[in-house]
Amino acid sequence: MENQKLAVQIDDLTVAYNYKPVLWDIDLSVPEGVLMAIVGPNGAGKSTLIKTILGIIKPIAGSVSIYGKPYSKHRKLVAYVPQKGSVDWDFPTTALDVVMMGTYGSLGWIKRPGQKEKKIALESMEKVGMLAYKNRQISQLSGGQQQRVFLARALAQDASIYFMDEPLQGVDATTEIAIINILKELRKAGKTVIVVHHDLQTVPEYFDWVTFLNVKKIATGPVKEIFNDDNLTKTYGINYKVAVNK
Amino acid sequence: MNIQEYFELVWTDYTLRTITLGTAVLGAICGMLGSFAVLRKQSLLGDAISHAALPGIALAFLITGVKDSGVLLLGALVSGLIGTFWIRGITSKTHLKSDTALGLILSIFFGFGMLLLTFIQKQPNANQAGLDKYLFGQAATLVESDVLLMIIVTGISLLVMLLFWKEFKILLFDADYTKTLGFNTKFIDVLITFLIVLAIVLGLQTVGVVLMSAILLAPAAAARQWTNNLSTMVLLAALIGAFSGVFGTAISASQSNLSTGPVIVLVAGVFVLFSFIFSPKRGLLFREIRFRKNRTDLKLMKTLQFMYDIAQDHENISHPHAIRILNNFQGYTRGSLKKLETEGWISINGQQWAMTAEGYKQAQEMYNQKAVNE
Repeated sequence: MENQKLAVQIDDLTVAYNYKPVLWDIDLSVPEGVLMAIVGPNGAGKSTLIKTILGIIKPIAGSVSIYGKPYSKHRKLVAYVPQKGSVDWDFPTTALDVVMMGTYGSLGWIKRPGQKEKKIALESMEKVGMLAYKNRQISQLSGGQQQRVFLARALAQDASIYFMDEPLQGVDATTEIAIINILKELRKAGKTVIVVHHDLQTVPEYFDWVTFLNVKKIATGPVKEIFNDDNLTKTYGINYKVAVNK
Repeated sequence: MNIQEYFELVWTDYTLRTITLGTAVLGAICGMLGSFAVLRKQSLLGDAISHAALPGIALAFLITGVKDSGVLLLGALVSGLIGTFWIRGITSKTHLKSDTALGLILSIFFGFGMLLLTFIQKQPNANQAGLDKYLFGQAATLVESDVLLMIIVTGISLLVMLLFWKEFKILLFDADYTKTLGFNTKFIDVLITFLIVLAIVLGLQTVGVVLMSAILLAPAAAARQWTNNLSTMVLLAALIGAFSGVFGTAISASQSNLSTGPVIVLVAGVFVLFSFIFSPKRGLLFREIRFRKNRTDLKLMKTLQFMYDIAQDHENISHPHAIRILNNFQGYTRGSLKKLETEGWISINGQQWAMTAEGYKQAQEMYNQKAVNE
């Protein structure tokens, strides 16, 4: 692991909303090719961490680099799956149109998406099993289907690092397995996947890398080595009984 | 003049033609840009901007002393923009929510504007009369140069909109995501807001400060009911806006003492009402019809399920039973039995019913929801 390239490196990152620190002096290195869960209680700053890495939120101190360069220089290497609830699903558009938005970044200003972009979007929809719904109005999709559309949109970005904010929130068991399989496929293809995750039970099963976060970084490393009662207790403040060893 | 005469005269009469063209263009640009305001959930922003424009009109007159509409509208534009940026400033720099910011700016600017208007009216300058027409608008004062200005601004807005269509759409849907893709979301945001301010300022002379937001929002709200496609919505809103303008002008011109602005707003309001009730997908009427139909269907299926339970106890599923035994099940009517028969699920023979093989299968599969794709 020592010689591995770092996909994401964060130094001394501090974020505050109105003087209250949300993230405090975070140092974090994520090696290339891992499937990493970020876990921590509500208000631990998990979403904030992702949003700060992506430049949506400005930190008051610290720096983030993506493959050794600032995010703005390596933007095309990064894809983002926001929380499903962050948009208005009654917006007048179709599933395919939303997935197509994943190609807008590489298109740049003014240029319109064409056949090439459409093909990319359709392929991404097929990967998440949503091809049959491509012309659906997005408000008529179920929660799980909306989540898959967001995932397809990120796939259409064809990035090296994927940031996902609770992609498994409110989806049924079938969709959860389908999404996890896609994440594992991405890792197999050498991509780095960073996921805000809530269900501690499934961490050892789904992920190979984990970061414990509660305003400060508690621990980060391979699931096999650091996913234990000690770190869980430090993060959540109570003795968390989780079946760690299978 | 009645409406028919109006539509004959509109082609030849200079004044009528100018006013009609003006209100049509105004309706179109407002409908178009209003769609963006509605989808950004910034409906009240239009109201705040139009009220915030009033002190600009008064100050422009006080400074220049002329009542040329171009000069006054420039004043309105500046003060409308200041109001808009203060609203944004208040929401981003303080803990106040946007509705508070909108309310504050709206009332403070409007109050200041009214103060200036009363001050101007007390002036000995004979030129001062008529500034208050900007409160409720007066379409009759439109001249060719005003309409030309409207057409130019509408043309530019249309061009900008077509050019940045992709950027506008993605910002409206998911602003944070747009930022991660590398777009300067602040620029897109300011561009959209600037166009909305422009449209509002253009309408002040015709519709006035107080009613301006209605002409911005009503066509968009009506159009949203009919389509699930953004470009169709914008186009439809522009058409509804233009039609409201023309028809409002026609009604107000054919009756005496009906001022144009309020009539245009009312026509647009009728569109909204009609759309809320009659649109096939989102309208109240069809929703009620669908609801009733679903309820009847459900009743039918419940009856079938009850029959299925009885039929299951017999070796021959088509063993006939007396209709009377359905009496401890309250959900059936003569009508629903007949309907079940026409579906081919049961057969009725006098006072007896028997399940068909097809009905049996239907009942069996009722809970097996298959994934339905389009």
